Amino acid sequence: MSQTFITRHPSTLWVLAFLGLFTLLVSVFSEASGVGLISTSFVKTLGKTLCLCLIAIAMDVVWGYCGILSLGHFAFFGIGGYAIGMWLMYARTEAIVTHSLSASVIPPTEVEITDAIGNQIFGVVGSSDFPMIWAFAHSLPLQLLMILLIPGLLALVFGWLAFRSRVTGVYLSILTQAMTLALALYLFQNDSGLRGNNGLSGLQNIPGFEETSQAQISIAFFWASSAALALGYLLFAWVTAGKMGSVIRAIRDDEARVRFLGYHVESYKLFVFTLTAVVSGIAGALYYPQAGIINPAEIAPIASIYLAVWVAIGGRGKLYGAVIGAVFVSLLSSYFTGGSAPDINLGFYVIKWTDWWLVLLGLSFVAVTLLFPGGIASLFDKLTRKS
Amino acid sequence: MSTLLEMSGVSVSFDGFKAINNLSFQIAEPEMRAIIGPNGAGKTTFMDIITGKTKPDEGRVIFGEKSVSLLGMSESKIAKVGVGRKFQKPTVFEAQTVRENFALALKNPRGPFEVLRHRKSKRGAERIEAMAEQVGLTEELPRLAGELSHGQKQWLEIGMLLAQSPRLLLVDEPAAGMTPAEREKTTDILVNAAKTHAVVVVEHDMEFVRRLNCKVTVLNEGSVLAEGSLDHVTQNPDVIDVYLGR
Repeated sequence: MSQTFITRHPSTLWVLAFLGLFTLLVSVFSEASGVGLISTSFVKTLGKTLCLCLIAIAMDVVWGYCGILSLGHFAFFGIGGYAIGMWLMYARTEAIVTHSLSASVIPPTEVEITDAIGNQIFGVVGSSDFPMIWAFAHSLPLQLLMILLIPGLLALVFGWLAFRSRVTGVYLSILTQAMTLALALYLFQNDSGLRGNNGLSGLQNIPGFEETSQAQISIAFFWASSAALALGYLLFAWVTAGKMGSVIRAIRDDEARVRFLGYHVESYKLFVFTLTAVVSGIAGALYYPQAGIINPAEIAPIASIYLAVWVAIGGRGKLYGAVIGAVFVSLLSSYFTGGSAPDINLGFYVIKWTDWWLVLLGLSFVAVTLLFPGGIASLFDKLTRKS
Repeated sequence: MSTLLEMSGVSVSFDGFKAINNLSFQIAEPEMRAIIGPNGAGKTTFMDIITGKTKPDEGRVIFGEKSVSLLGMSESKIAKVGVGRKFQKPTVFEAQTVRENFALALKNPRGPFEVLRHRKSKRGAERIEAMAEQVGLTEELPRLAGELSHGQKQWLEIGMLLAQSPRLLLVDEPAAGMTPAEREKTTDILVNAAKTHAVVVVEHDMEFVRRLNCKVTVLNEGSVLAEGSLDHVTQNPDVIDVYLGR
């Protein structure tokens, strides 16, 4: 079946082959292999970019294919990051605490250990008690389950309420923005149980791998991100192909007509919304151990708007368009905001890219929307059609 | 011939304006029925009520042998029970091929997980070919629906309606904007469909209605003014008054 699927969708094969080659090249030239042409921090940047590609294709399915302009998918990404971050932080603190307490003459009791971990983690927000939401943080399998469950359930409940009342278009977008904003505001509070604006940190240290170098950990996460992107791409290529793709594109173009054909439009939207939310959660869970830190600012509404901009610039309604957009814009963004882009001296005024990058991004967004509604991917299509 | 749809005592008002006023209507299966009436007579609201888009304030709408009530059902549920609707403006999915448009309409399980597991079948392909032939779009199957002419889009939509295998077809102004040759073909398609289905055609054009050669219901101000053959109703003084008197 997969054979025929691939032959019917050659672009999927190309993307996967390219991704495989890219992963191989980066691995060979990384510090982990000993060649060291690509620094560990750049491997992390590339790994993070792959995670952003994963959430971008999710966004493309929900927006480009199904027509739901969700401006809240970064909330699910952030939740995935927090879910893995809780375990990383707990397990690492536990290891440190047990180690330091083991030096004492009297062996520490379980309560003492828990208190000490609580003190370490929540001391920064003036607390030492474990909130309810940390109930599963000691267990990796349970916390991994949370990565899927929390974004999935949130999307399911939110989507059910919104789609059932037939909220569409710009109103739905505003609603999703409100959801992200509410979540970010909640997380900013010190008593949210997730360390307020400090967020979770030290996530690059993987418990049980203290002896492993960051170079090797970065490559492992790079592979994991690459594999997740490949699987996510295959999943979405399969979902958007065939009849399912036909129905959701029809919903995008004329939802009322689809309803009169006998399809329960709300179920389809809910399915797409929830599935993409879960994938976004997975992407976030792979992203933040590479970033090392997560705080509520990551979930701010603007992040989800950027996501829409990537997809629009890359090309809506084509999965590889979303990948191109995410790679192109996020790498350019880290180039321009990282301070490595040379300033342009106009004599009377110096253009500092750290300040002007957002203007450039905004202008290119407007330009793409007006001049190339198909995004960068449409240029590709033109080239391949000519040859 | 048994009654397929029965509406009785249906009224609906929008902000005090009575769009439908104590309307009663019956159609058998198979039967062809034309509905005519001046603007604002309630023709579109009449269809909206049957398809679940508008909820009436009072009255009953019952369907089929088991006399199930259509009131309170969702649009998609009503479509599944067997009511298909063609809108006045052709609404086909222009970004998809004619074949895909037919495939969307084909009578198949409609749930998301069933659709996800859906495999293209030989039977489905044959059904699509048959439908395309019935509305004369065999050649156009691989083309994008957006590339079709206005008339072809209308036929595609009628074809999609038939592909749904509904028992009742509601067709809103099928001949609007068509050339005489296209009209003739549309008449043939509809007359053919009415051999096995209940078909309700809403139309302005008297000449088109005459060609359908069927029973006519005249609506005015939300209720039935006259019913019978076209010649019969056009001689009715009330109808003449409504149509010609002003």
